[in-house]
Amino acid sequence: MDELRKRAKELLEAGTVKVVIGYENGTAGRTRALFAEEPKAAEKLIFDSRCIMNLASYITKAEVKAKGKMAIAATLPVMRAIIQLASEFQVSDNNLLVLGITPESTMIEFKDIAEVEAFVHKYEIEIEAKYSEKLEKLNKMTPSERWNFWIEELSPCFKCYACRAACPMCYCHKCTVEFNQPQWIPVPSHDLGNLEWHMMRAIHLAGRCVDCDACYNACPLGIPLNLLTKRMLIDAKEHFGGYQPSIKADHLMSTYKPDDKDNFIM
Amino acid sequence: MAEFEPKIVAFVCNWCTYAGADLTGTSRIKYASNVRIVRFPCTGRIDYMLLIKAFDEGTDGIIVSGCHPNDCHYTSGNFHARRRWIMFRSLCDFMGIDIRRIKFSWVSAAEGAKWANIVNSTVTAVRELGPYDEYKKVAKKPVKEVIHG
Ligand code: SF4
Ligand code: SF4
Ligand code: FES
Repeated sequence: MDELRKRAKELLEAGTVKVVIGYENGTAGRTRALFAEEPKAAEKLIFDSRCIMNLASYITKAEVKAKGKMAIAATLPVMRAIIQLASEFQVSDNNLLVLGITPESTMIEFKDIAEVEAFVHKYEIEIEAKYSEKLEKLNKMTPSERWNFWIEELSPCFKCYACRAACPMCYCHKCTVEFNQPQWIPVPSHDLGNLEWHMMRAIHLAGRCVDCDACYNACPLGIPLNLLTKRMLIDAKEHFGGYQPSIKADHLMSTYKPDDKDNFIM
Repeated sequence: MAEFEPKIVAFVCNWCTYAGADLTGTSRIKYASNVRIVRFPCTGRIDYMLLIKAFDEGTDGIIVSGCHPNDCHYTSGNFHARRRWIMFRSLCDFMGIDIRRIKFSWVSAAEGAKWANIVNSTVTAVRELGPYDEYKKVAKKPVKEVIHG
């Protein structure tokens, strides 16, 4: 992406931004986050299909924010995360410049986050077919089968919280798992603790998760935890007209409609 | 062995359902004694984590109840709660938690009889389902592991 490298270099040279966040080559054929603070470092910027981590998880970090104005190379899921974060007052036009990477791999420099939103809203969040099939299969199971499925799938989880660290929406300074007065989520890696951790995680991401799969990609054990958030996305569609991150609209789970439909309240 | 007596925990708001349950008592309506009521300011305060903790503690069924729509003491707490219930219930179902054991209702301060019905029907339903062994099996493990190494 010559365009991206060139623009990043210019921005750093002009001092418009203090750091450009993007991808660079890592070890073992992987890519990693690059924080370019010198114009020369911008030459290391790359973009290809291996760049799957959600870089938006860095823009809420105090140590990154402290550098000054940030520019970020943002794919569609990253842009979605940026909008959601802006709507939660975690970033703003004052400290962030978005260098969008379109699905066609071209670069668009956005004037502000409102412009990012206008662009992103051209695309719906769509659940990939391979996941829809999996979800469908789970739906067809009996509750007991689903229970066993999850107990089994979650059992290797040893609560490293890599999924949390990779998620742009998990920016709380103190996460519920760290509350121990009382202890909300049992710490040891046993079935109950795993179940509660993943339930808690999923529900806190309902109406916020942008379906980037960064959590799943980060998990060293390949736990299909993104199925939970995908299910929440489907529910949002079914019950509340769907989820699209927005700096203008109300947050899906902190608003209501007087005529929200339910069929289970007695 | 004695017949299984389900343990039910009810999470209710102070202003409607708790008052309704009080009315059930003062009207001397008899109803199942299996229920333990936990009072909250509003359904909007009933965090789903608390419901899950009730299962940890060995409850077999849960009732969540508050003011009817438009009657919430804080105007919209129950509307917010309803949204969360919709999501929470679906997530529970997706994870295989038996949602037949979690009942939601609106009971006003004037509906003493309705409260008795809700409790009775929940107790009957949960009695039929039996003890929530599936969850208890999972919930018990940590106690052993943590305390006894
Ligand atoms: S799901 Fe995976 S990444 Fe998340 S805490 Fe468990 S083991 Fe770690
Ligand atoms: S929960 Fe996973 S898929 Fe959703 S925003 Fe966070 S990292 Fe992305
Ligand atoms: S006070 Fe009863 S639901 Fe809000």
